[in-house]
Amino acid sequence: MEQFQVKQRTLIVRMPKELDHHMAEQIRRRADRMIAAENVSRVEFDFRDTDFMDSSGIGVIMGRYQNVRLLGGGVAATHVNDRIYRVLHLAGLTRLIEVKREKMWNRDNE
Amino acid sequence: MENSNEMKIIFDSRSCNESFVRVSVAAFCTQLNPTLEEVADIKTAVSEAVTNAIIHGYDSQVKKVEITCRIEKRTLYVEVTDRGKGIADVAKAMEPLFTTRPELDRSGMGFAFMEAFMDDVQVESRPGEGTTVRMKKTVGSGCRPFA
Repeated sequence: MEQFQVKQRTLIVRMPKELDHHMAEQIRRRADRMIAAENVSRVEFDFRDTDFMDSSGIGVIMGRYQNVRLLGGGVAATHVNDRIYRVLHLAGLTRLIEVKREKMWNRDNE
Repeated sequence: MENSNEMKIIFDSRSCNESFVRVSVAAFCTQLNPTLEEVADIKTAVSEAVTNAIIHGYDSQVKKVEITCRIEKRTLYVEVTDRGKGIADVAKAMEPLFTTRPELDRSGMGFAFMEAFMDDVQVESRPGEGTTVRMKKTVGSGCRPFA
């Protein structure tokens, strides 16, 4: 699957395994280019591959949220595991964006 | 000293080193037999401190960042030092959502995450001289280290 895909004005971003400042820079540049070029109104961040995220990931989501909100759109996070959920929740993002959780690794495997 | 162990890494302030450094710290602290969640907490906090040194301390110039980790009994102490521009108002910098770099999409949550994921966070900084972040976390149950 492509890391960036546009389907019916929704940009789907498959997030990397480790989402830190290094990866965040690349994602935000590419996502913003596609949002502008392809008339995107909704961004869906797919976290199925991600097992690490720090506050740089929060910046990526918040920044895109502000961009598409101006166009009347929204942002969603999908396949969110316990760990990513904890980080999103701590930053208050679970109140702003749609979050679809997934039971994965964390507590079950301990 | 018995029951203690220490390591230090000095690395270039390049963003590609962020992953290497937090994974190294995670590997070092496995001797405490931490849970997956504790390891994830430590990795996130280290990543925040290292990212701050790179983005804010050095404004993305390539200089050296130092990280020292010490284990004493069940507690991990982490110290991240840069000799960059320093922080004029530490209390302000530690406020959630405060950032000097909104144009870089920084969320202003770095210190809040360090405080949430570690037991204690202390910041020492002098403008023009650099910043040291000291964090500690006591790791829960599991096997005794150094056994």
